[in-house]
Amino acid sequence: MDTRAEMMRRLQAALPDARITLNDMTGGGDHWEGEIVSASFAGQPRLARYRAVYAALGDMMPVQVHAFTFKALTPAEAAGD
Amino acid sequence: MDKATQDRIHKMVTSYPVMLFMKGTPDEPRCGFSATVAQILTFQGARFASFDVLADPAVREGIKEYGNWPTIPQLYINGELVGGADIVRQMFESGELDEALKAAAPAQG
Repeated sequence: MDTRAEMMRRLQAALPDARITLNDMTGGGDHWEGEIVSASFAGQPRLARYRAVYAALGDMMPVQVHAFTFKALTPAEAAGD
Repeated sequence: MDKATQDRIHKMVTSYPVMLFMKGTPDEPRCGFSATVAQILTFQGARFASFDVLADPAVREGIKEYGNWPTIPQLYINGELVGGADIVRQMFESGELDEALKAAAPAQG
């Protein structure tokens, strides 16, 4: 399975408005970094944002996606980043 | 997760105001993300307890369920999950972590 495509599919299903960037850190397809920008994060503390992303990825973590380091930002936060 | 494991985890989380579940130890971390969190806590001068999940398969699996969080490390302050390496790093950079650590109850009553 194409891990990147599946991550994208699941994230976009859960966060339809999101701008998502994903980078394969090692080329091995199991360590990823990225940024997810969605208006749905507004008013949510970090913990809730991360929970939403982990929930979207579901059973891909932690086996297929062993590690995923990312920022979960609102569009305003991303613009000021 | 069996009851005994849940009780052990809960006891650790509630006994230590700053409790880190990690792979390896602060002196010998076995994972880069765990190392990051331990280094940040040390840099902040925090007094913290840590548990090496690699030494205990039941806690390694159980903590994911306990925290409703799929990865390790996990940092707890005053019994509440703060997050993993990404969140701890961002809170460190913004100064929020320092505030949260100052609000942690003293380690011994």
